[in-house]
Order: sequence, then C-alpha cells, then structure tokens
Amino acid sequence: MLNVLAQTGVHSVSGAGFPLLTALILLPAIGAVLVAVVPRTRPEVSRLVGVAASAATGALSVWLVTQFDSHDAGFQFVSKHDWIKDLGISWHLGVDGISLFLVLLTGLLFPLALWGVKPHHDPKPYTAWLLLLQAGCMGVFLSLDLFLFFVMFEIVLVPMYFIIGGWGYADRVYAALKFFLFTMLGSTFMLVGILTTAFLARSSMPGGALTFDLVQIAEHADFATNTARWLFVSFAVAFAVKVPIFPLHTWLPDAHTQAPTAGSVILAGVMLKLGTYGFLRFGLYLFPEAAVWAAPGLVTLGVIGIIYGAIVAAVQKDLKRLVAYSSVAHLGFIVLGTFALTTQGLTGSVLQMVNHGVSTGALFLLVGMIYDRRHTRLIAELGGLQKVAPVLAGVFTVVMLSSIGLPGLNGFSGEFLILLGSFITRRWWTIVAASGVILAALYLLWAYQRVFHGEPDEANAATPDMNWVDGLVMAPLLAAILFVGVYPKPMLERIEPSVNRLIAHIEDRTTYRQPEVATKGAAVQGEATTQEGHK
Amino acid sequence: MLSAVWLIPALPLLGALLLLVFGRKLGEPWSGVLATLMVAGSFVAGVVTFLGLLDRPAEERQFLFHVFDWLPVGGFNVDIGFLVDPLSMTMVLFVTGVGALIHLYSIGYMHGDRGYPRFFLYLNLFAFSMLMLVLGDNLLVTFLGWEGVGACSYFLISFWFEKMPNAVAGKKAFVTNRIGDWGYMLGMFLTFTTLGSITYFAKDGSGFLQHASGLTGVTATAIALLLFVGAAGKSAQLPLYVWLPDAMAGPTPVSALIHAATMVTSGVYLMVRVSPVLAQSYHWAPQVIAWIGAITALFAATVAVSQRDIKKVLAYSTVSQLGYMFLAVGSGAYVAAIFHMVTHAFFKALLFLGSGSVIHGMHDEQDMRFMGALRKLMPITASTFIVGWLAIAGVPPFAGFWSKDEILLSAWGNNKALWAIGLVTALLTAYYMSRQVFMVFFGEPRWDQAHHVAGEAEQSAAAVDDERTDVAHGVAVDEHPAPTPHESPWTMWVPLVVLAVLAVLGGGLNLPFNHDVSFLANWLEPVVHATEVVPDVATATKVGLAVVAIIAALAGIALAAAVYLKQRVRAVEPELLLHAYHYDDALAAFFGGPGEALAEGTAMADKLVIDGAVNGAGTLVRAGGSRLRVVQTGYVRNYALGIAGGAVLALGWFLVRAGL
Repeated sequence: MLNVLAQTGVHSVSGAGFPLLTALILLPAIGAVLVAVVPRTRPEVSRLVGVAASAATGALSVWLVTQFDSHDAGFQFVSKHDWIKDLGISWHLGVDGISLFLVLLTGLLFPLALWGVKPHHDPKPYTAWLLLLQAGCMGVFLSLDLFLFFVMFEIVLVPMYFIIGGWGYADRVYAALKFFLFTMLGSTFMLVGILTTAFLARSSMPGGALTFDLVQIAEHADFATNTARWLFVSFAVAFAVKVPIFPLHTWLPDAHTQAPTAGSVILAGVMLKLGTYGFLRFGLYLFPEAAVWAAPGLVTLGVIGIIYGAIVAAVQKDLKRLVAYSSVAHLGFIVLGTFALTTQGLTGSVLQMVNHGVSTGALFLLVGMIYDRRHTRLIAELGGLQKVAPVLAGVFTVVMLSSIGLPGLNGFSGEFLILLGSFITRRWWTIVAASGVILAALYLLWAYQRVFHGEPDEANAATPDMNWVDGLVMAPLLAAILFVGVYPKPMLERIEPSVNRLIAHIEDRTTYRQPEVATKGAAVQGEATTQEGHK
Repeated sequence: MLSAVWLIPALPLLGALLLLVFGRKLGEPWSGVLATLMVAGSFVAGVVTFLGLLDRPAEERQFLFHVFDWLPVGGFNVDIGFLVDPLSMTMVLFVTGVGALIHLYSIGYMHGDRGYPRFFLYLNLFAFSMLMLVLGDNLLVTFLGWEGVGACSYFLISFWFEKMPNAVAGKKAFVTNRIGDWGYMLGMFLTFTTLGSITYFAKDGSGFLQHASGLTGVTATAIALLLFVGAAGKSAQLPLYVWLPDAMAGPTPVSALIHAATMVTSGVYLMVRVSPVLAQSYHWAPQVIAWIGAITALFAATVAVSQRDIKKVLAYSTVSQLGYMFLAVGSGAYVAAIFHMVTHAFFKALLFLGSGSVIHGMHDEQDMRFMGALRKLMPITASTFIVGWLAIAGVPPFAGFWSKDEILLSAWGNNKALWAIGLVTALLTAYYMSRQVFMVFFGEPRWDQAHHVAGEAEQSAAAVDDERTDVAHGVAVDEHPAPTPHESPWTMWVPLVVLAVLAVLGGGLNLPFNHDVSFLANWLEPVVHATEVVPDVATATKVGLAVVAIIAALAGIALAAAVYLKQRVRAVEPELLLHAYHYDDALAAFFGGPGEALAEGTAMADKLVIDGAVNGAGTLVRAGGSRLRVVQTGYVRNYALGIAGGAVLALGWFLVRAGL
C-alpha cells in the first residue's frame, strides 16, 4: 500500500528528466507524419524513414529494459501531465513488469515487419499506417489513464483497418470490415464501462474530484459488488473480442488470412495482446473481486479455446488460416494462466504473451515467404519444400517446435508456467488444457509434413530458398526463441514482482488467497507432508 | 573429477552446434568423425566422473552440479543441474559407450548420403538430449531431455523425408509420445503441488524424493501412474507402442541407437528414478505396471513371429524386451530392470547394426524371405549376429540369460501368472529370433527371387520396404540385376565385434552366485535400497527356475530349427500377427475416419454456426436498416405526425400511471 502511494506521489517528477515513455509513443507517430510528407514519387525514402523511426523506437525500448529497475514492482518512468483538466483526464504513462516486455515486443517486431516485408503497392501510406499502429500499441501498453487507454485502444483499429483493406488479399474488404465492427462493438461496452467507472469512483476520491486515473481509481475506489461485476463485464467484452476468446473469435481467421504478411505479424504478435494485457491491467487491477468471481467462467472459455482452436486448426486447408486458429488455442492458454490467479500462472501468461508474439509473428513471416515464392497458401498445393529450400525448412522447424512448446524453446517456458500455475488452483481444467499440447503437435507437424516433406512436384521444385534479407529478419526472432527457452530468468525476475503486487492487490480486496505452495514451494512441504501423513 | 560431469552433455552439444555451422563444409567423412569424437569424448568424461564417484564411500555417492537457474517463479524453482549418482552414471556410460560405437558405424553406413552432415548433427543433438535426460537433477530437466530425444527421433525417423511414409512415421512417433508427455506433465504438476518441489535431491533436503514418504497413498499412486503414462509413451508399451514399429523407417543406426538401446529405455529409467514414489503408492499401482509390461512383452513377441521385414522383427522384439523391464519395475526389481536395460542395449544394438549391415550388403533389401545363406558371404556380420541371437534368446552364458533370469525370478516372487507370461515370452523370443537367424543367414540363398515378386502386393510392409531404395545410393532394386551381398567396411564391423564381446560378457555385470559378484546390485544399492523388493525364494527354486528358462529357450530354438532350418514343420505365420492384431490399423481407421470427421464437423460448425451467427447479425442489422429506411421520408409532416402521436402515447402512459 505504502509502496503504491509512494509511486503515485512521484508522478510530477516524470521519470529521470527525459520523458522516455512519451518518446516511445511520439517517435513512431512523428515518423508517420514524416512519411506522410515525403513525396509519393520517392517510395524508398518513405520506407527508409519508416524503418528508421520504428527501429529508433525499438532501440528506445531496449534502452528502457536496461534502465528498468527489476526490484521495483510498481510503475516506473511515470509521466503525468494534465490533458483535459476539468474531466480529470491526464496524459499518464508508466511501465511495470507486466507491460515492460510487451513494450519491448512492440518496439522490435514493428521494424522487423516493416523492413522484412515489402508492400506490393503504395509503400508510403502503408509505412505511415504501420508507424501509427506502433504508436497506438505503445500507447495501449503504457497508458495509466482510462480515457487515454481507450483512445489508444481505438486508434489502433484505424491503421489496421486500412492495412487489411488496402494491402490484403482477395477477401480483404470483408475481413477488414468484420475486424473493425467486431472490435468496435466490444469497445462500445468498454466506453460505457469507463465512463461509469470514473463517475462512480468520484465519490471515493479525495474532494470528490472526477478522475480517469487508473492508479487512483484502482487503489481508492470502492464499488458495490454487483456494480463492479457489471463494470468488469463491460471491459471483459472488449478484451474478449480482442484476445479473442471463444466464441468471439471468428473475426480473427478472416483478418489474419486476408491481411498482408506484416499486418498478420503485427495482428498476432502485438494486437491480440492488447486484450490479454487489458484483462490484467484493467480487469484484475480495477475490479479484483469481480475478476475472482468471473475466473471460473473465463478459465472455462480459455480451455475451450485451447481445444477448439486446435481441432479447427487441424483441418484447415489454408496454411495461414491454420496458424490463425493456432493463435486461438495459444491465447486460450494465456487466458487460463491469467485467471488461474497464481504467481506462476500470471507470470507465465505475461511471458507467453511475448513468446506468442515472437513465435507466431515468425510463423506468419515464414508463411508470407512461402506465399511470395509459391503464390499459394493452400496446403494441398504445397509439398516437398524441404528438399528445395532446406534453410527455410530448418527455420520453420525451429519456430514450429517453439509453437508446439518444446522445452528449451520459448513457447515451453510460458506454457509450462501457465499449466503449473493453473494446476494449483484449477486442477481439472488443467488436465483438459494440457491435452492441448498433444493437439498442437498434431496440427503443426501434420501441416509441416504436407508442406515440407515428400518429393516436390513440378510447381514446388523451383521454389527458391531463403535469401539473406529473410535470414536477417528471422535471426533475431530465432535468437529470442532460443534465449527465452534456455534462460528466461532475466524476464521472469522483472515480471514476477509486478505480478505478485497485482495478486497482493487482489488478496487485499477479496477473500481470495493464493495457495501457499505457489509462493513458498518446498518451504511449505513440511506442513503439506504432515497434513497428508496424518490423514 | 566429478565436476567433469558438465562435459558429458556439453561435448555432443558442441558437436551439434559445430555441425550446424560447418557441417556442409566438413562434408563426408569429417562431419561424421567430428560427431563420433564428441560422443567418444563424452564417454571419456563419463568414465572420469564414474571413477570420481567410485572413489567415494557407497553412502556418499551422490553429487549435485548446479549450472544455472532455469525457471524460478514464486515457490517454484528449478535449475539446470546435474545429479551424479550410481543410477545416472550407469545410464551415462552405456548411452555414451554404445552411442559412440553407433556413431562410428554410421560413418560407414551413411556413406554417400545427401544428408550426411545433417544426419550427424541430429545424432549429436540426440546424444546431448539423452544425456540431459539421464543427468538432470529434477523432473523438468529430465523432461527437457525427454522432449529433446523425442524431437530428434522425429527428425531421424523422417530423415529421408522425400518418402512420405517416413515423414508419416516421424510425425506419428512425435504425436504418440506427446500423449505420454501429457501424463508426464501432470505428474510433475501434482508432485509440485503436493511436495513443493520437482527436484529429485537437493542439498538442503527439499528434494521431492527426500520427502516421498510423506505422500498419501492416493497422491503417490496418481503421480506414479501419471509418470507411467509418460513412460509407456516413450518406452512403447501398450497401448502407446504403435509408433515404434513404424519408427523403423529411419536409418538403421537410428533404430539401433534411439529405438533400441537408449531413448526407448528412458521410461524405465524414469520409473526407477522415482521408485520412492512408487513404493509409497497403493499396492496395486506397481501391479498395473507389471501387468502392462508382461502383456506388452507377450503381445509383441507373438507379433514378431510373423514379421517378414528384418527390422520389424527387431522392432517388435524391442517392444517385448521393454515389457520385460517394466515387469521388473512393477515387481520392485529395479536392479534387474536396469541390468536388462544394459544387456539389452548391447545385444539389441548389435542385432540392429547387424541387420543394417545385412541391408547394406543386400543393397537395401529388407524382406527376410529374399535373404538366406548370408553367413558365407558376410562372415563377420553373421557371427556377431549369432552372438546377439544367443544373447537375446537367453542361452547361458550370454548376457541376456542373466538379466532375463533375474526378471523372471522377481516375477515369480511377485505373481506366478506374471512369471508364466514371462516364460512363454522367453520361449517365443528364442523362437522368432532363431527364425530370423535361420531365414537370413542359413538355408538356401533366395536374394534373386525378389524380382519375381516385386510387383506382388506388399502394402502392409511398404512403409519400410522401400526405405533406402533410390535415396542413399540412387539405386533402385528392380532396375539392376540381383546384387551379390558383400561384407561391410571396417567402420561398420568393428562396432559389431565390440558389441558382440559385450553381449557375451555383459552378464558378468551382475552375477547371482553371491553378494560379491553382484556388481551392479551393489553399485546401485544406494539408490534403490529403500525400495528394492528382494524375492523370497530358496536357492533350489532359483536354480530350478533358471533351468526351466533354459529349457524354454532351447525349446524355442529347436522349434524354429524344425520349421525354418529342417523344414519338417510348416511355418505358422498368421496374417493376424503380421498385422499386429490390426490394432494399429483400427486406430488409424478411427482417427482417419470418425476422428477427422469430428474435426471437420467442428470446423464446419465454426463456419456455419458461430461465424454464421455473426454474419447473421450483420445481415439482420442491414435488413432492419433498409426496412427502417422507408420511415425516413424527408417530409416534415410525417415527422410531425410521429412526434404528436408519440406525445399522445406518452401522456396517456403517465395518466394511466397516475391512476386516473
């Protein structure tokens, strides 16, 4: 509690002078403006500016990670300025262990996608939209003000809508519209929720002032139980669409499949996390009691997503659609871990958000490379690619195994912690969820077999292997896959304090108590043993 | 000396990394030489560590080596660390020893293959994973190796990926193993939630095996059986054995190393490692393991009787022998299980490599019906194979006799019915192995008959039949005249000779005559002393049982000789057994039929019902909108009428509410 107050007290200092977080949002936004003023006749300049701006943002995010204090569980680099003072809306940014690596992911995935995948036409608006998207995603992960968050949450829709609609494949307009309407529908609920939250919280604020400040409301507001539950639901709908949680997922396969490669990479890599992140930051933190109340339902939906997504993925005819459905399954794991409400589950979920961004981002890049070479995504038309493109096949294998959750690669670290954490509180759900790892192996290996194994037919025999640009794009992703798989500790020790702080926040306000074994492990085994022994 | 333990897995890992970067430059044979040297170096490091351990008094033979923290979150904390004790060192020595020999053999066997460096990369990666599996100081590092060997097995089974059956077999192995891994993972979770640790032994005494005595029967049973699900997947026990026969699609050294000597025994290793948990579980839990082992042993032995593919016989034989090991584990005879694991590694690796040498010499023919009389043309292969045959058949004094005898003894002590199943299996083992030897090395040469029946329907065995054809040497059998079999190069026969010597002498590891010559039992004593069940059987009975076992073995050999050598009795090779009771076919039919239909149905429902609802809502809104559009006439009088009507209705409502 004191810790939190101390945190909220230092707002005016706004970090260590340089407004790092503001810069993370403004840099790509300024880049977008610069790209917009570059003449249309100089596409290479707009591309250069775009890559430079997003790469600079990436560099800043790396610097942020190095400067981050791993012992401080609260918000760091806080920057707070009044925006609309009468309504208590402020430009309030901050980063903690939960958002830190999502910021890093946003910082690094965009330049890779921008540089690695060239648009087929009109590079200027394409680059500008992607930069704006990067700014918006940064904004979502950094906002500590409900209104600012909502603005950022909505801003990201616009560039993505145009990227799908403008640079996508055959059915792009349908997919873009569906994506937009679906998400907007969810957001309307959240808007109502945000306004209601702020106005109801007013009574518990010092002086009765209206504020949209997340930290203020979360720490001081006192909602009636039922009110809080309704408010939670209004937020949850918006996030559930974004994640997406079964049965609100059907926009995702269409959007992913029709989007251009970079769009799919960003959509899967970063934008799906806006939902899962929202659950942590605005669900659990704002409405702890309601989150505990809703946990069984959301865990159930998460588990359904794991199994359902995997089964549907298995029989897809389109490789990109298959990867899209695999996201439904993977995001199901993250929902399960989040609402397991244990240190391991939540930490695993945060880690897995980043892992999924890396692995699925890489998978979409690879599928894009295959499409560029073969001009088809239909599994039936591909085959035998390993013989003609061994490097592509090798990279695909590693990324696939990461997605399957092979120990030693990043996907396992997150998935294992999620399942361990959820087993502690939700044993039977976890038993079902764990079978998702069987299905993941089934659909991915089967797809790999049909695409890469066998003797290539005439159409596939001339497929060129990866070139060095492709290699350079994949190299950092492969490095991340290996590093997080082998040595996730640097990430875990930054995520965990903030997760524990969040759980403490929940335990403070509800009757929920995390089982002791989750926090103390072997230290409590004496007790467990004697209890069991005397049974 | 003990600190050298990190070198044991590090060397093959280094080899794999070097091959990944320089493999293509090194080419043949240097990539193979590099890989072999790395595993040989690993063996040397293993010997050094072993000597270090031997140097200590028996009760202090446990050494923990911490490398780094791996997944520390909250109360859960596992490191990458090694546990050096008699059990892990036994595993290390035979894994690296047999592994190095098989690497050497592969230098010759893979000669001329397009994927030569890639093969050795996988092989070294496998050795690394296998060593992590046996050396890991907690369940999660073991699981790291466990999944790692599974992935390498997948790579190597589908090594000749241009042929679809190989690719299918690789995928099948991985997915079936994953079913087992599901059990393994849940076993780990349950261990952690009840005992707060998944580390075997810890310096501060917090290891879960140090606290296993605190487990209730029900929890211990659940953990033991969940881990056994994992073990049954990896070690090819019923009902999860189906991937192993298909795994023979891989190159023969792979079958020898992974699918006979090392990887498939990891399930046995795991059960021995967690024996304190097993000891704490309900009485029936180990019985389940023993019965599944015994039934698998018998089942696979009957199937082996009818197989025609030289490698498939050995594959089913491996399933059967692994069943013996689980029979021992379930009967509490952990030393016997490990003993048989080691001797089996010797003679089964020998047999597989021998069969590889035959296949090599026969220019990729694998059907035993087209072999015969090879002992004259391939003398070294034939004589070493015969040693392996006598060892597996249980003829004294060869290695297999001693270890099998101990298992049968423990089964006798456990349950006479289990012993009877084990004895019948022993007879069948001697029979099908003799059948193989007679068909391949004795009798009339039949290798020129292959062409006459080349077009004959051989669909069932097709998956493996065409394994090397056309790939490694660019030779297709039916385009060339009948090749004359020839002996293999030295890199191939040297490992055969070494393994043959081990298959003769391996029994000396653990002789039953008195306490002092039970070397393996004494060595493993610190690990299993608390859990090992010593059968209470009089010496006379022991001798009697051994004699019965010898008679069974000789009877099996004699019967096979009568059928296949003297041809006095007609061969009984029912189709049902050739197809392994159609169990695998039924599974395939189920998953390919109703299973796939169910998935297709779900996908269809996703499209029609869930997405249909979404699109339906969209259509509804649009339709509603166009209906409502007619109201927007643009005439003020219409709107005024609407407002007036509404006002009247509202007024009426308030008047009614006011009670007028």
